[in-house]
Amino acid sequence: MAAIKEVERMDTDEGGMGYLQSLPRRVVTVYLPLLVFMIVLLFPFYWMTITAVKPNVEMTDYVNYNPFWVVHPTLEHIRYLLLETSYPGWLLNTVIISTAATFLSLAAAVLAAYAIERLRFSGARQVGLGIFLAYLVPPSILFIPLSVMVFNLGLYDTPFALILTYPTFLIPFCTWLLMGYFRSIPFELEECALIDGATRWQILTKIVLPLSVPGLISAGIFAFTLSWNEFIYALTFIQSSEKKTVPVGVLTELVRSDVYEWGALMAGALIGSLPVVVLYSFFVEHYVSSMTGAVKE
Amino acid sequence: MAVPSVAIQQRPSMLSRLAESRNTLGLGFMLPAAALLLVFLTYPLGLGIWLGFTDTRIGRPGIFIGIENYQYLWSDGVFWLSVFNTLLYTISASILKFVLGLWLALILNEKLPFKSFFRAIVLLPWVVPTVLSAIAFWWIYDSQFSILSWALQQMGLIDHRINFLGDPTNARASVIAANVWRGIPFVAITLLAGLQTIPQSLYEAATLDGASRWQLFRHVTLPLLTPIIAITMTFSVLFTFTDFQLIYVLTRGGPVNATHLMATLSFQRGISGGQLGEGAAIAVAMIPFLLAAILFSYFGLQRRRWQQGGGD
Repeated sequence: MAAIKEVERMDTDEGGMGYLQSLPRRVVTVYLPLLVFMIVLLFPFYWMTITAVKPNVEMTDYVNYNPFWVVHPTLEHIRYLLLETSYPGWLLNTVIISTAATFLSLAAAVLAAYAIERLRFSGARQVGLGIFLAYLVPPSILFIPLSVMVFNLGLYDTPFALILTYPTFLIPFCTWLLMGYFRSIPFELEECALIDGATRWQILTKIVLPLSVPGLISAGIFAFTLSWNEFIYALTFIQSSEKKTVPVGVLTELVRSDVYEWGALMAGALIGSLPVVVLYSFFVEHYVSSMTGAVKE
Repeated sequence: MAVPSVAIQQRPSMLSRLAESRNTLGLGFMLPAAALLLVFLTYPLGLGIWLGFTDTRIGRPGIFIGIENYQYLWSDGVFWLSVFNTLLYTISASILKFVLGLWLALILNEKLPFKSFFRAIVLLPWVVPTVLSAIAFWWIYDSQFSILSWALQQMGLIDHRINFLGDPTNARASVIAANVWRGIPFVAITLLAGLQTIPQSLYEAATLDGASRWQLFRHVTLPLLTPIIAITMTFSVLFTFTDFQLIYVLTRGGPVNATHLMATLSFQRGISGGQLGEGAAIAVAMIPFLLAAILFSYFGLQRRRWQQGGGD
């Protein structure tokens, strides 16, 4: 016991006061609640995964099979999903739409953020505030008028309906995030470049952008994730089955009347989540810091 | 642009001066973002308010009918039920998210092995598309094969299956639980970032003065965390209030409209029912609540500036 305490004391050398707590107390106040939180937060994913590989017999027979485990894992649901439904097409649609919307928004946001943060044209502060307010306008109050517009513009049931409307929530977010990044680049660099005769455009492309690559990556990942997760616009503006995105397709096409294909549904949910989870796991540090940064601004 | 020549010339030409002026450049740089936002955000916002005053239906342009939509909604029990549901959903989910999120943030702020691993795991529910995780909850809440019912039955806590989504009270509790599950990570991670900015020396000083752990939390942590709590919770409230996906997946507003939120009712009347005007009116009715939340956020930010010693 004493040895453990000694080790703990050395561990907390970097300024924490954890050494004031005994180990049993830490178990009750820290480790146990943390364990419960982790189980609750992860259980739906576990349940999704286990259902996706469970044969139908086991899925509905709780008497002979323990539902928490799978005895004869099967790839049947995944095979059905990938070969007999339009799922691969939805994945492709979602990738195309998310990528296009992300690049469009990022390009617009870089220019806007640079103008607001560094050109400081008259009224830049008000425009910055306006961008922030635009971020607060939720899609739930825009989808009806937007559907009217999309229909009148002849975009209904085309990917462009989504590529052009997603920037409404992506641009404010990316601009806000990039403004924070640009603010951290020293003015002196730009002043030197200006004295050397660089134009604003050259400063942006040769100095500011290379220095804000981490910011661009975070903004890009955020934008991609947000477009991948978007639902209400995709539900409203797209009608044809083969043009749908993953979230809408899984919900509206895989659920047929009373027959729920739970295995296929779970497989669809799992595979649809994978790209954002993989992307996220590569850049988790960027993600966390920019998320907290964006809120702290 | 002929910048080198500008440097040599005594007086740059009007054109190049105009091209280099902050305002012209600013305007040009703002153009793509401003055009997209004005066309697809500001204009629809106005159009939505206008549609609320018309009887537009899908496939038929409407005419101005004044406040008839609002008069109708005023006497519509389902609309008021949805307002009540939205407030109940927002308030209870936000309180739970705040308490649990703060608790999780405090735990993650302790010295832990594999801390960054835990932090990464915690964010997962927030990263995964809401609709897809809601589908998992749909299966968890299944009336026949719910794993929760099964587990509780095995433990001997209940004797018959819980009808999660078929009973009004249960359905409300279930959707709130699913929303809280998805919202905890956001609150926890942002509050954790706030916690990490609090200097350790304050805790050490307070401990030397004999403060208990509760006093440390109450008089050191909480006051210093208030500004970031205000902002985080405003965002959280805003997103919960306008939630659509979770309800649409789990209950579509049922049973007997017990879980209809204003957003889902607006979709049902406006898009499924084709009454665009009425749907738009319901959406517009959400705006006052949102404005209240934004004003709250604004004052939260104000307080933060004041705490940092004024200025901006």
